[in-house]
Amino acid sequence: MFYRKFTNSLEGEIRLITNLAKEKFVGMYRRMLEVRFFEEKVFELYAQNLVPGTIHLYLGEEAVAVGVCSTLRKDDYITSTHRGHGHCIAKGADLNRTMAEILGKKTGYCKGKGGSMHIADFSINMLGATAVVGAGLPIAVGAGLSVKLSKTDQVVACFFGEGASNQGTFHESINLASLWKLPVIFVCENNLYAMGTRQSRAMAIENIADRAIAYGIPSEVVDGNDVLAVYEATQEAVERARKGNGPTLIECKTYRHKGHSRVDPAKYRPREEVEGWLAKDPIKRLKEKLLQANTLTEAEIQRIEKEVSAEIEEAVKFATESPYPTPEEALEDVYA
Amino acid sequence: MPKITYREALKEALREEMQRDSTVFLLGEDIGRYWGGAFKVTDGLAEEFGDERVRDTPISENAIIGTAVGAAVTGKRPVAEIMFGDLTALAMDQIANQAAKIAYMFGGQAKCPLVIRTPFGAGVNIASHHSQSLEAWFMHVPGLYVAVPSTPYDAKGLLKTAIRGNNPVFFCEHKLLYPIEGEVPKEEYTIPFGLADIKREGTDATIVATLYMVHKALNAAKELEEKGISAEVVDPRTLTPLDKKTILKSVKKTGRLVIVSEDCKTAGVSAEIAAIVAEEAIDYLDAPIKRVAEPDTPIPFSPTLEQYVIPDEKAIVKAVKEIV
Repeated sequence: MFYRKFTNSLEGEIRLITNLAKEKFVGMYRRMLEVRFFEEKVFELYAQNLVPGTIHLYLGEEAVAVGVCSTLRKDDYITSTHRGHGHCIAKGADLNRTMAEILGKKTGYCKGKGGSMHIADFSINMLGATAVVGAGLPIAVGAGLSVKLSKTDQVVACFFGEGASNQGTFHESINLASLWKLPVIFVCENNLYAMGTRQSRAMAIENIADRAIAYGIPSEVVDGNDVLAVYEATQEAVERARKGNGPTLIECKTYRHKGHSRVDPAKYRPREEVEGWLAKDPIKRLKEKLLQANTLTEAEIQRIEKEVSAEIEEAVKFATESPYPTPEEALEDVYA
Repeated sequence: MPKITYREALKEALREEMQRDSTVFLLGEDIGRYWGGAFKVTDGLAEEFGDERVRDTPISENAIIGTAVGAAVTGKRPVAEIMFGDLTALAMDQIANQAAKIAYMFGGQAKCPLVIRTPFGAGVNIASHHSQSLEAWFMHVPGLYVAVPSTPYDAKGLLKTAIRGNNPVFFCEHKLLYPIEGEVPKEEYTIPFGLADIKREGTDATIVATLYMVHKALNAAKELEEKGISAEVVDPRTLTPLDKKTILKSVKKTGRLVIVSEDCKTAGVSAEIAAIVAEEAIDYLDAPIKRVAEPDTPIPFSPTLEQYVIPDEKAIVKAVKEIV
């Protein structure tokens, strides 16, 4: 068992960059941009009154979902949260159908029955987003148990926030996963605030990773705005899980650029704090590193940005042009 | 036909389904080789199928059901046991918000073939936290099926159907039913959901009863017969889906309805059945609908207090006589 806190070493990152295949890198950069541009577009569509209900944007936390999912295979499972668009996209969900679901369209992943907080794509083993904080943890444990019973080498990545770590399910689930040595990677996205409640007002400890000690599993605190750090930590946890050596808790320190949900101007966050985190924007940081390591040129980056913009525009077109479900469809799918 | 107990019938269903389908597994507190289940339903199964498939868990009800949900959506058929029905309150999020809604909120992409077995019912002096009858909570959650077997035959046939289905089933048992014996064929059979069973035919009044109350209703019917009143006893066997057709047909025949249910009267099982009959067959009723249920109190401990709140044969006979 180990417990490790992150060190910010550029040397280490450059080493990782040179060790990783260029395509892997470009893939991660592109995915992060997809999430970023997608969420910016959702925000825009919301302002145009095209998004019913509420939205919880993943802006600022892109490195976590992308860093984690870049270590996973298609047949690995993930569970997601109310702030889940980024998890879907990172796992490889179709942008068109994701956008259509957020707009409540028939062509959406859940035929308009789930919306922003309940997107799932079972064809890529994305087991869905639950909007009850902490409810995804035992479900991830169940998927892990399923893998163990089937004797395959799949793993499960379970996303949740620091707020969820105060739920009983967090403790019950990690205890079970530890006891049964299940292949689950618990990924805590610590964005410092559970709605308006700062972490320090909800718990007397600084690191959620400390809680792993109580359950006898390894844990790590990583810079959640550094996709390479997230990737590397997850890679290690995934290897451990695939070998049957049990779960890991990875705490990713990150920050949401916007408020909790659409109605929240986030006035409870000090301006200097927000500015400090905006300066640590995960996409900006990755871009700088890629340029420094000569992995990508400025021109290549611009080309990627252009391509991703076009993809998002296509998703918007698909979603806005798609029909709404007919009202009577509300009565379908109650039972399988 | 051989006679076995309700407990043995449940175990036979579990054993046969585990033999038939390797994706079926059991989990719950003390269900394994060291205890065999608080009511011994799973006794011996760990020895037969191993600890991996008859899985003891820590005392973590919400995680037990959540784990079962996760396993169910990834291809397994878990049967979770919650030691006492009262403790399902601890797992309510996973039951009502997760398991029940997975098919719907994900637009039909996923199925959640999960069975939750738990005993309800009062009568053994274990007071407020181990005696309630909460079936109505689960009837109120679309996406769940609710089974309420009253005999060994029904218990086995319904449990097999529950395990083979593709939806979450809340499977209610009753503590006092476990030792009850009944005929169960050796041959394979299942009982479809939504099919009531007329446990006794009659012409003067319909008594709809569930779980242990079916037996009290049958005793009451016998007593009524001696007084010249012919009561029909209808056992819905599943509350969701509810076999309205059989209930309505019986009420149309007898013109009188008494509903007996062990749960609290307010917003309970009997309220729903009464409402359906009022909505769809009021013109056939020759008298007001009567409900025999527990008063709206927690279950008390002392035997004199407990017996006072549990519906009994006397109350059923009285209710029938009031309207015939």
